[in-house]
Amino acid sequence: MKLWEIAHVRTGDKGNISNVSVTVHDPKHFKMVSEKLTPEFIKQWFGEQVLGEVKRYNLPQLGALNFVMYDALGGGVTSSTALDKHGKTLGAYLLNIPF
Amino acid sequence: MKKIRIGSGAGYAGDRLEPALELMEHGNLNYICFEGLAERTIALAQKAKKANPEKGYNDLLLYRMEKVLPLAHKNKIKVITNMGAANPKKAMEEVAKLATTLGLKNLKVAAVLGDDISNKIQEYANETVIETGKPLSETNKDMFSANAYLGCEGIVEALSNKADIIITGRVADPSLFLAPMLYEFGWEKTNWEKMGKGTMIGHLLECAGQVTGGYFADPGIKEVPNLWNLGFPLVEVNEAGEGFITKLNHTGGMVTTATCTEQLLYEIHDPENYITPDCTADFSKVTFKELQKDIIEFSGASGKSATPTYKVSVGYLNGFIGEGQISYGGPNCIARAILAKEIVEKRLENLPFVISELRCDLIGINSLFDTGEMPKEINEVRLRVAGKTNTKEQAQFIANEVETLYTNGPYGGGATKKADEIISIASILVPKEDFEINVLYKTT
Repeated sequence: MKLWEIAHVRTGDKGNISNVSVTVHDPKHFKMVSEKLTPEFIKQWFGEQVLGEVKRYNLPQLGALNFVMYDALGGGVTSSTALDKHGKTLGAYLLNIPF
Repeated sequence: MKKIRIGSGAGYAGDRLEPALELMEHGNLNYICFEGLAERTIALAQKAKKANPEKGYNDLLLYRMEKVLPLAHKNKIKVITNMGAANPKKAMEEVAKLATTLGLKNLKVAAVLGDDISNKIQEYANETVIETGKPLSETNKDMFSANAYLGCEGIVEALSNKADIIITGRVADPSLFLAPMLYEFGWEKTNWEKMGKGTMIGHLLECAGQVTGGYFADPGIKEVPNLWNLGFPLVEVNEAGEGFITKLNHTGGMVTTATCTEQLLYEIHDPENYITPDCTADFSKVTFKELQKDIIEFSGASGKSATPTYKVSVGYLNGFIGEGQISYGGPNCIARAILAKEIVEKRLENLPFVISELRCDLIGINSLFDTGEMPKEINEVRLRVAGKTNTKEQAQFIANEVETLYTNGPYGGGATKKADEIISIASILVPKEDFEINVLYKTT
């Protein structure tokens, strides 16, 4: 099973900081997703894209985790040379995480 | 219990207009807010104003207002927008002029001023830049704009003085929506719990279509009905700060607990401490409940005291980006794109100027040969080369090196090139007492 089968994601940016929320469709999967998606796991999954720290905030009543990733956008929308300067598509790369 | 209905008319500077007009026609609204300023938009507007002091407000302001004003007048809807950008005063004058031309009498247009401290930015040279941790003076010498994210107070003042159309500069996005709640319900601006509740509502609404199914759809996984005709959201809220978010029935899109949860966390870091000019909002215990299809009740938002500072976005010139693209098609296209990439990389080595953050991307599906079916194997690749330089000529040099592949590289085509100035933002915190908020009025 892949993450996209049990959860959905949204990505936002502020300066050079990206945040990705991961929300489970069914509350019964929240524990499993929370256990696997540690900040360390997310940082490793993104590799060189995320140069800084990853912090996680938990919203169990919504079945949601919010990952805040520092130094993650090549300087951010106002200075990056990337095509997707906001990094709006970054969250999609979590969807293939296997369970 | 008193309640009001607030619609969202735009989620960014260039957003669609017709969903806003639909809401104004059929949404039974009391207020509609148009959010049109991103982090950098205000700096670009300041630049436009420097070039022409008559400009500096949102390019679409008058296009929008030509349709919005008659509906606002007819249905008694107050309009709040930060489309004044770098020049709210001029924007107010132009909107009042337009209202007169449209024959709309007794319309009071207001401009909220006070966010712009560009003229005294040097006084804050020693302040620490949030993004880098270094003093502002080290960021760059070419600083040309400084705008604070103001809260809702100027708008509340304008509403108290019976303004119908309120145009601001840099006001924080959720504050546009919070202002009518303070005015209508008489909330004290130190009632942090209410400020937190209103800020949460503003946060759900501020990106317009992003809470009604935009930035959400994933075919086969997260289906959104009639996304082509996406409706914008509206909230009905009572004086306790409780209510629901919905959209018009006949529009496309959807409002679900999933769309609301995604938008609640959009561009939020610590949900327990979301700092706005009005309060430190706490979204950590928010819940959503579906009352009916497309009607979602929200509850649980709260807040703590506001910080003593405003965040100020300082715009500065930060060099140039040069970019070139060219495509390769058919069998072995990847190898030709990689050869092209290696040629450009080699030719950009050992230049007498510095290129930083050079980046080579490979893009593509069916822009060269469209057989009507999805290709089973990769049948085209587009090379994109981008890098940063100090001057425009140097940026053009990068772009030209890609273009010259036409006759000097592997066989390919469809080259494009550009060289753009980079306008970056440095954020600092400035004490609120350094600001004076003024509201101007013009009645037709």
